[in-house]
Amino acid sequence: MYSQGLLGANTETEETPEFLAAFQARIDREEKIEPNDPMPAAYRKTLIRMISQHAHSEIVGMLPEGNWITRAPTLRRKVALLAKVQDEGGHGLYLYSAAETLGVSREQLTEELLSGKAKYSSIFNYPTPTWADIGAIGWLVDGAAIMNQVPLCRCSYGPYARAMIRVCKEESFHQRQGYELISSLAEGTEEQKAMAQDALNRWWWPSLMMFGPSDTDSQHSDQSMAWKIKRFTNDELRQKFVDATVPQAELIGLTMPDENLRWNETKNNGQGGYDFGEIDWDEFWQVVKGHGMMNKDRINARRKAWDDGAWVREAALAHAEKQSNAKTAAKTAA
Amino acid sequence: MSDSKMMPLWEVFIRPRNGLNHKHVGSLHAADGELALQAARDVYTRREEGNSIWVVRAEDILASDPDKSAENFDPAADKIYRHPSFYDIPDEVGHM
Repeated sequence: MYSQGLLGANTETEETPEFLAAFQARIDREEKIEPNDPMPAAYRKTLIRMISQHAHSEIVGMLPEGNWITRAPTLRRKVALLAKVQDEGGHGLYLYSAAETLGVSREQLTEELLSGKAKYSSIFNYPTPTWADIGAIGWLVDGAAIMNQVPLCRCSYGPYARAMIRVCKEESFHQRQGYELISSLAEGTEEQKAMAQDALNRWWWPSLMMFGPSDTDSQHSDQSMAWKIKRFTNDELRQKFVDATVPQAELIGLTMPDENLRWNETKNNGQGGYDFGEIDWDEFWQVVKGHGMMNKDRINARRKAWDDGAWVREAALAHAEKQSNAKTAAKTAA
Repeated sequence: MSDSKMMPLWEVFIRPRNGLNHKHVGSLHAADGELALQAARDVYTRREEGNSIWVVRAEDILASDPDKSAENFDPAADKIYRHPSFYDIPDEVGHM
């Protein structure tokens, strides 16, 4: 979301204590940092890591839902799902563009995804065996993503904040269509209701894991908060999500798969909130490390898409070069 | 990466409706201008965001140097005589 005309400018900064203090002062004044502004190397590195992981998540996130486009039960559901998956592709593009303003190329980021070096949200390494999963993804996965993304609209790095504003505008439809879908199933036959409950059972805990490790174990949180890249900690956002989502499940007659879930009126400074059970962090780390059910399939699908599209990219570039040469020749002749 | 050449980067400008300026909305990669326009339509106008698109090669944009922003833009700050409120006129004149 930024004119990248100056890309390639010298990004080295001498990090004297005065420089770091002046940078922090800009952040504390709520000034946005723009590309090519001097910034600490670690600030740049953190943003590249966050934005590129986010971009990869959007792109890989197209796969579990893409799985159901051809089998959507009605035309209404099919156009919604197509539009949603297309949006995710767009979100990936906005985010890669934002990352590029920090001096990395999209080719480099793609390479890191395809080689398995880059991380993306673990949630997309879970399979989508039933139609109700599409509802659960929109409702829970997009719901959790929105919780994360709304504060990112105020991120101190301008291009990321601007990309997130666009993403959030579009994301709301994703969550609503998912909730509508799973509500219809929950109101349907016994079999349909069971399918909705089963999807909730499988997606609830992985959705809570989307907020990342607990604050006590998170490596990146403190500095990111000080730099106002993040505005809330992982645990704060997770709590907000639980508090928002539990009543939504109750409303449509579904039950959260957590026997330790109960209202605690002393939580959130006396406003009340839900206590919930312990997250299975072993499962989380297993999936992060590549041992989830779908890790291999996802990367293979991305590689196949990249390889199968190679001839299109080559042809488009060759055509562009030919046209450009023809133009030059015509000019020279005239 | 197997591709020997990188896709050029384009900046996208959209006019939300007639009567407004084209405004920068983002960027994308495409082999040529025609494909850049098509991609811009697909990516940036899915929800009636505009009725006209410009695309410009990012490398053709010249930008002012952020390191020189003080000397470029600060001098305007002390020239308050360029603003109408600097001048005193009788209240009876009313709006001017």
